[in-house]
Amino acid sequence: MKKLRLDQRHVPLAATLVVCVLLYVLTGLQYPSFFSPLVLADLFSDNARLGIAALGSTFVILSGGIDLSVASVMALATMFMAAAVERFHLNPALAIVLTLLVGSGVGYLNGALIHFFDLPPFLVTLATLFLARGCCFLISMSPVAAEAPFFQSFGEAGQHLGTITLHLGTIVFAGVAAACIYAAHFTRYGRTVYAMGGNEQAARLMGLPVGKTKILVYVFGGLTAALAGIMAMANIPSGDPLNYLGQELDVIAAVVIGGTVLTGGVGYLAGTVLGVLILGIMQDFITFGNRDAAWTQITTGLLLFVFVAMQTILSRWKPRHRSTGPLHATVRNA
Amino acid sequence: MSPQAVLEPVSTTRMRGGAFGRLHLWGKLLWPALALAILLAVDGICIRGFFSVSIVQGRLTGTLVDIFRYGAPAMVLSVGMTFVLATGGVDLSVGAIMALAGAIAAKAAMPVSLNGMGMSPGAGIAIALLVSVLAGMWNGMSVAWLGMQPIVATLVLMVAGRGIARLCIGAANVPLSGVIWTALHNPHLTLPTAPVIVLVVAIVAGLLTRATSIGLFIEALGGNPVASRYAGVRVGLITFMVYVFCGLCAGIAGMISSADVMIANASSTGMYMELDAILAVVIGGTALTGGRFSLVGSLIGALLIQTLQTTLIYKVPIQQTLVIKAIVVLAVCLLQSAEFRRKSIAVCARIGLSRTRKAAAQVAS
Amino acid sequence: MGASCRIALDLPNPLPSPPPAYHRREEKSFCPMADTPLLQLQKVRKVFPGVLALDDVDFSARRAEIHAIMGENGAGKSTLIKVLTGAYPRDGGRMLLDGAEISPRSPQEAQRLGISTVYQEVNLIPSLSVAENIFLGRQPTRWGRIDWRQIRRRAQAAIERLDLSVDVGRQLSSYSIAIQQMVAIARAIDISARLLILDEPTSSLDANEVQRLFAVMRKLRDEGMAIIFVSHFLDQIYAVTDRITVLRNGRLIGEYPTAQLSRQDLIARMMGRELADLDVQLQQEKTGGEASRGRPLIPSPGTPGEGQGGGRAPGLSVTQSLLRARGLGRSGSIQPFDLEIDAGEIIGLAGLLGSGRSEMARLLFGIDVADSGEMEIGEKKLVFRHPRQAIALGLAFCPEDRKTSGIIPELSIRENIVLALQARGGLFKSLSRPRQDEIATGYIKALGIVTPSAEQSIANLSGGNQQKAILARWLAADPRLLILDEPTRGIDVGAKAEIQKLVLSLCRQGTAIIFISSELEEVVRVSDRVLVLRDRALVGQLRGSAISEQTIMKTIAQDRPAEVAQ
Repeated sequence: MKKLRLDQRHVPLAATLVVCVLLYVLTGLQYPSFFSPLVLADLFSDNARLGIAALGSTFVILSGGIDLSVASVMALATMFMAAAVERFHLNPALAIVLTLLVGSGVGYLNGALIHFFDLPPFLVTLATLFLARGCCFLISMSPVAAEAPFFQSFGEAGQHLGTITLHLGTIVFAGVAAACIYAAHFTRYGRTVYAMGGNEQAARLMGLPVGKTKILVYVFGGLTAALAGIMAMANIPSGDPLNYLGQELDVIAAVVIGGTVLTGGVGYLAGTVLGVLILGIMQDFITFGNRDAAWTQITTGLLLFVFVAMQTILSRWKPRHRSTGPLHATVRNA
Repeated sequence: MSPQAVLEPVSTTRMRGGAFGRLHLWGKLLWPALALAILLAVDGICIRGFFSVSIVQGRLTGTLVDIFRYGAPAMVLSVGMTFVLATGGVDLSVGAIMALAGAIAAKAAMPVSLNGMGMSPGAGIAIALLVSVLAGMWNGMSVAWLGMQPIVATLVLMVAGRGIARLCIGAANVPLSGVIWTALHNPHLTLPTAPVIVLVVAIVAGLLTRATSIGLFIEALGGNPVASRYAGVRVGLITFMVYVFCGLCAGIAGMISSADVMIANASSTGMYMELDAILAVVIGGTALTGGRFSLVGSLIGALLIQTLQTTLIYKVPIQQTLVIKAIVVLAVCLLQSAEFRRKSIAVCARIGLSRTRKAAAQVAS
Repeated sequence: MGASCRIALDLPNPLPSPPPAYHRREEKSFCPMADTPLLQLQKVRKVFPGVLALDDVDFSARRAEIHAIMGENGAGKSTLIKVLTGAYPRDGGRMLLDGAEISPRSPQEAQRLGISTVYQEVNLIPSLSVAENIFLGRQPTRWGRIDWRQIRRRAQAAIERLDLSVDVGRQLSSYSIAIQQMVAIARAIDISARLLILDEPTSSLDANEVQRLFAVMRKLRDEGMAIIFVSHFLDQIYAVTDRITVLRNGRLIGEYPTAQLSRQDLIARMMGRELADLDVQLQQEKTGGEASRGRPLIPSPGTPGEGQGGGRAPGLSVTQSLLRARGLGRSGSIQPFDLEIDAGEIIGLAGLLGSGRSEMARLLFGIDVADSGEMEIGEKKLVFRHPRQAIALGLAFCPEDRKTSGIIPELSIRENIVLALQARGGLFKSLSRPRQDEIATGYIKALGIVTPSAEQSIANLSGGNQQKAILARWLAADPRLLILDEPTRGIDVGAKAEIQKLVLSLCRQGTAIIFISSELEEVVRVSDRVLVLRDRALVGQLRGSAISEQTIMKTIAQDRPAEVAQ
């Protein structure tokens, strides 16, 4: 049976794809200049930050958890990088490594508290949200401008492909996306994540390394958040303790719009990429039309609503295949 | 026989409601009340004049008074949030609703020439509260009727609400003026208005839930929604109502908060307040999973958070107090976690055991 | 072996019936190891604080044999299984697998040794595919990455071993529980199980699915697998097992070939002599009803006047029947049926698991909405859309699963008891606290609920007491019709008897009762009329002297609905 099966699981992803294409076409029709390859390249590089963090958060949500601290860790990463290079004159490569370690450290704190003490993920990541944000202010009460020559070249780094430039951000985004998709579908870690989200109890009983994996998803979430912060400095070279304040949910919105169910177990990493693109296209639509930036928030909220409503309705009216039906399961004569 | 039973350690005693349900809840109040008392004691010792309350220009002044004044928005929020958490849900949009309410009130009172609606400030406040009730109804319908998970349903308004507020008044600060706003801010009365509002809201909430059977239904719903439905409890209606009330509380808190600074701002009003509210309720003894709730506990929790904030401001810039708040949240969670208590007892036992072994070895030698 | 077992085997079966067990068993003697049991427990002991759960129990599981473990609650069945699977360490005795001593410390270790368990709640991941579920945790890899092609291929083979034809690429949740259980079995076998333990596998299956499961079990047995089957359904034990081990109070009572143990003997060994005495007691209760009419066992909830506390819902005239259902049905749930109940009648619903008894109750109470037919209560003709409507008209329902749909664990006994009464009164009227205490303590005393106080959390009560508390909840609302779904399930013999006595006394007070139970003896003992269901349809009605276990079973087995016998 090789015909295209529309599995229950594929429906949200299909919807995301449709919305993405629709939005792209609509925006292009409204603003013809939108269809240029330059804009497309910019779409990826502008949203690389959100995309990298969202990819990490996807694993967290797939495992049945949630991470509210992502934006704060991103901000902390920018502060750390800026301070490390500007104030302490560290080697930029070392600074990057340290920043990634800090992000992973926060992630480990999340994962450990959630796993070892059975605390609700929502509350723990709420606390680390506070913690990371507070640490931003501890590093500096006001923005730290990143003027070192490293940041200059960082911002200009990229691969030229004919007329368009593939910025470093885009390349890293693509790389992380590829790695995540591979991990999700071809490694035991990825399949354990899906299993945990589907039925954690059963996963435990099957002997899967639930505890280790749980901590790992949060560590990875923190790592990607830090990486996203570092990438963001390519566009905006400064560490601002107020960075991404109030944007905690953009990452979650991107993941949910990308088709991942908030309860876990169902979703695709490719979907997250689409979700990020949808948010990016919407943002462009609003900026191109010189509309109030407030519309971004309203449309994000609306999209979120539509997708979750769809997920809720789908999950309640699951088709039940009767065991006596001829199409599905039959007992062959012994 | 189920697999859960297979994994359970044999000696676990399930102390969910405790031996005496209500009494145990009062016991749960002990921790936050004690923490608050200790904090106040430390403050009294370390900070000169902490407890001094005087009447200056006919108004009650002093640090203690400030705690009640500036803690008022959080306390009102925590009243509304208590019921939502008790039903097993959560409302993440309260901060956004605060901002929205402030924005609507400001816009309504602005003269028509400036794109406002030219109403009196009083009417503006009334409309703002109406809008916050509508916002609560939106949340309530999403959760009770559509069946969405509360985190996500309220996430929508959390994201979109500030956007709507921005559409109303733009990104800048909008000053508030009018007798009613100055009355809210700093009236020529002995008592500041904000704490009085808190008291009124708390009493109304208390009466609504304890003098009627609504409180019982909320606790039943949070404890076991299926059984409650079978027993005839109007599950959908109660769920809807708690979100509406929470929205109203957020609107009231928004008014108080905007009056504090006499400014309406779409982005900064109510920032992170939902987290304060949830924290206050959790500290106060209501479980995140729902069931028994305690209004008094939530109020104590909110007071604790505010006192902590006020204490720290003496030494630490307000933004950095976030770190302390984070540690407090984690400490509270850990203390309430059965796993943590079990593991720390085990660790203490092992330390105790190794000490006695060492002592015995010393005695022997 | 009674006639009942024969009838059980004669059930209409759309699938070809498997060959009788006796023929195949002779082949077993070819196997050289056939005489040594695959698994042996010798003098196994398990102690918990204050209770001796297993007292020097011997047990053996042989290859090519389906072995049942039976016993009432507290007999040690579940403890024995947990020791077998490594969930509990044992405190004494030996475990031998193929003659070698083993001591598994976790279910995973037991699985590696070849002991696999399939539970009633299928422990697989519903959101993943069938193939992936079979290989979860042990996916074959190729050059470091998971080899999906191999997984599909081998999963297909594993499924075919069970004579199933399932699309292994589909999500597991798109299949029924019965198929999901098969997948769990397939996974267990693929992990090369030598001993398969099936723990209450049939509780969620309908009649056809049970037969299919048995077909698979027999096939596996014939291939040499040792199977342990834990169930409390006597018919199923007799239909498929070769040997029965009976436990009571942690001790081994005996091990018997199924063919040589009659049902009465089995029950006697499981329960001891108490059953015989209980029977006599209850017969006296039933016939002695005439003499004790007018002396209710249960206090009535008191005079109306406290808002809505107490007092029957109005609108009932003594001569009409209480409730009449005409053509009431719901597609996918139960076929349209007619039903008539009078005040003070006890109607038993009898039928095999999956026959639609609970579905009928849910329809009558408004939990499910009927899509055909209507109900007539007093003067009103309607269809319930919500339990509230049913409650307002005097109906009450004690659900099957009291843990998930009955008790509110955090609340006190008092609050649980007055809940339905409060709910009926609306949002704003509330019973005064002294009144609540009065009602609660009244029922605690009357029903004999064992608790130090009414303020205890209901979660701390034993199963039997919890059931009584839920019963009290509905009695406090003074219903005209009380629907009881498996009220004595999972309750010890003493409490069982109390509840049955209660039911009889309630009917004397004029309350109509619908009594659903899987235990035919109970239904026969208690009912004035018995409605027989099969495969989600009402197939017969029995009255008075025609009610007996045999006639019920005959009615279930027949092709045509039985006539109502007088």
